[in-house]
Amino acid sequence: MTQTIYDNIVYLLSLVGISFGDSIVPKIIIVLFIAILILVEVSLMVMFFTWMERKVLGHIQVRRGPMITGPHGLLQPIVDGIKLLTKEDITPKRADKWLYFIAPLIVFVPSILVFIPMPFGQGAIVSDLPVGILYIMAISAISPVGVLIAGWASDNKYALLGSLRAVAQDISYEIPMVLTVIGVVLITGSLSMQDIVLAQGEKTWFVFLQPLGFIIFLIAAIAEMSRIPFDLHESESEFVAGFFTEYSGMKFAFFFLAEYAHLFGISAIMATLYFGGWQGPLIPGIPVVIMSVGWFTIKVLAIVFFTIWLRGTVPRVRVDQILSIGWKVMIPLALLNLFITGLLVAGGVL
Amino acid sequence: MTETEEFTINVGPVHPSTHGVLRFVLRMDGETIKDTEMVLGQLHRGLEKIAESRSYLQFVPYTDRLDYISGMTNNYAYTKAVEDLAGITVPRRGEYLRVLVMELGRIVNHMLFTGTLFLDLAASTPIMYCFRDRHNILELFESLSGARITFNYIRPGGVRGDIPEGFIDKTRALLKELPSRIDEYAELLNDNEIVKMRLKGIGMLNPKDAINYGVTGPMLRGSGVSYDIRKDDPYSVYDELDFKVCTRNECDTYARYVVRMDEMRESLHIAEQALDAIERLQGPVSTPYFPRIFKPVRGESYSRIEAPKGELGFYIVSDGSEHPYRVKIRSPSFCNLIALPQMVKGLKISDLVAVFGIVDICLGDVDR
Repeated sequence: MTQTIYDNIVYLLSLVGISFGDSIVPKIIIVLFIAILILVEVSLMVMFFTWMERKVLGHIQVRRGPMITGPHGLLQPIVDGIKLLTKEDITPKRADKWLYFIAPLIVFVPSILVFIPMPFGQGAIVSDLPVGILYIMAISAISPVGVLIAGWASDNKYALLGSLRAVAQDISYEIPMVLTVIGVVLITGSLSMQDIVLAQGEKTWFVFLQPLGFIIFLIAAIAEMSRIPFDLHESESEFVAGFFTEYSGMKFAFFFLAEYAHLFGISAIMATLYFGGWQGPLIPGIPVVIMSVGWFTIKVLAIVFFTIWLRGTVPRVRVDQILSIGWKVMIPLALLNLFITGLLVAGGVL
Repeated sequence: MTETEEFTINVGPVHPSTHGVLRFVLRMDGETIKDTEMVLGQLHRGLEKIAESRSYLQFVPYTDRLDYISGMTNNYAYTKAVEDLAGITVPRRGEYLRVLVMELGRIVNHMLFTGTLFLDLAASTPIMYCFRDRHNILELFESLSGARITFNYIRPGGVRGDIPEGFIDKTRALLKELPSRIDEYAELLNDNEIVKMRLKGIGMLNPKDAINYGVTGPMLRGSGVSYDIRKDDPYSVYDELDFKVCTRNECDTYARYVVRMDEMRESLHIAEQALDAIERLQGPVSTPYFPRIFKPVRGESYSRIEAPKGELGFYIVSDGSEHPYRVKIRSPSFCNLIALPQMVKGLKISDLVAVFGIVDICLGDVDR
């Protein structure tokens, strides 16, 4: 059984002499603390991503990006947050009020829930679920429902068409994504995220063992994150802002948060599956937990940097082209990858 | 293909990718465009009517507001009609200066075109590159005319004023630098697989239809018709300059985009020749005197020039008074836009944005 954050906290408390037997209240407090920790971690990363995106994109585009709010615009995400919080929250007259209200939550909550079995570092995992990667895939498949609800409830043609596009894209790219993940699972022999990381410590990073799988996963991941060139979720040049056209204020902020949390989540999955997760050379003297979390963060940031770089380089692909790439190229290739991996695993090579 | 229930979708007049206040009413079958209806006139300012109550000289600033991206060519087209009416010839140095600013204006227009086209395709980098370089040219224009957009520089009889000190050197340095900048755009965009996916094979307009619609400029040359007024009906000093007409035969949006890329390079070539001539020639840039109250003889004149967007024509009728009796503007944006519904028929709604971007209109020029 691998260590979790909970175990570590209990261990730390026992070091300072606090221990509790079977009483339930302290446990609940610790669990709540962990929940807040994860929320803070995700929102801090999201804030950093928004800043990083502006900054990196700015420098790609021969500008400087935000410079006024704080040193090099570091406080820009906070200013944005204040702006979004203070904006008027408009519900269109003809919208389906209840669905309109619940859609941002349906999109937002799964994007946070995927972090439960995510190994941030050695011993830094909320719960090492035995079905970790399956759980992540299942949970992240909920958010298209929220997107569809948002598009429908807004009673706006742009939003409806935008949401249909977004859902079509999400569903078509989930299939190749899951198929490539199966390749990794075949090699590891376990669905647990922590086991996948440890297996890469024993063998090598799976990006070298599954090069085709990685490329398919990368493309599918960009589509799942809804980043340019596959950002049909927004398609602002046709549908104003896609499915969240009518949303404003805090409800919009939830979509915004969910988008970047999704970016974080999928980058984290990619780092875990293909780049050895939190594994990396350790510096003696620094606690393993901190080092491993550091390595994990660096890998995630590198992937996010790549997506921003991509955004600065290419235009958006058209909707029918996205879907035909997904169904006609990605899925057959993913199946081929799965077939080859299966043969190699059965032959005892991997 | 299965057909679903048709529905209409309204794009504009306030919409991110209509480049102003144009409105489309699209009849859609799912994502496919069945029919396009354009609602024009939201920016109609009645410029042709205004001209009737202004003196000939007073109308020059209004032409800046036609196609406000390339004010220099608008100034010139109107000025040429007035000069034809009055029978004025402008000193050759002045003509070369006009050609220089018009060709630089063409580059400005095509840069803005490239930037906005790719911004509509969701690539945000090209517009930043284009604006960086456009800024440098606008600085030159500012040193000449004092304005960056609404120049009011080319006037009946010549230009507003001679070149300021250091202008030749600054322009020469810029002309040296710009080819590498244009190569930079080409490197980023021309062989980009996604750009090709988005632009190739859509917005087809065969040469016959293009001519019948009255499409001109890069739009027509992208359909393989070698028609350029600078060559076919030379005005100013273009017959003394060496340049070639850029055409492509593919008839799709990608061809029209590449034509504009090539035209930027040709314009640089022309600008260099014009700059050499300005340096070489001596003398004034304007006729000594053009009367404020100008009363041409009764008559009419039509001038047409190759504006960046296509053929720009001014038809002026004079009744012998100080105001024109009638001014008719044949604007390239309007005439090119008319071909849009045919070009987008049967395409996806995302293609509408690309094809609309390639038509390269300016709403000030469409609605007048």
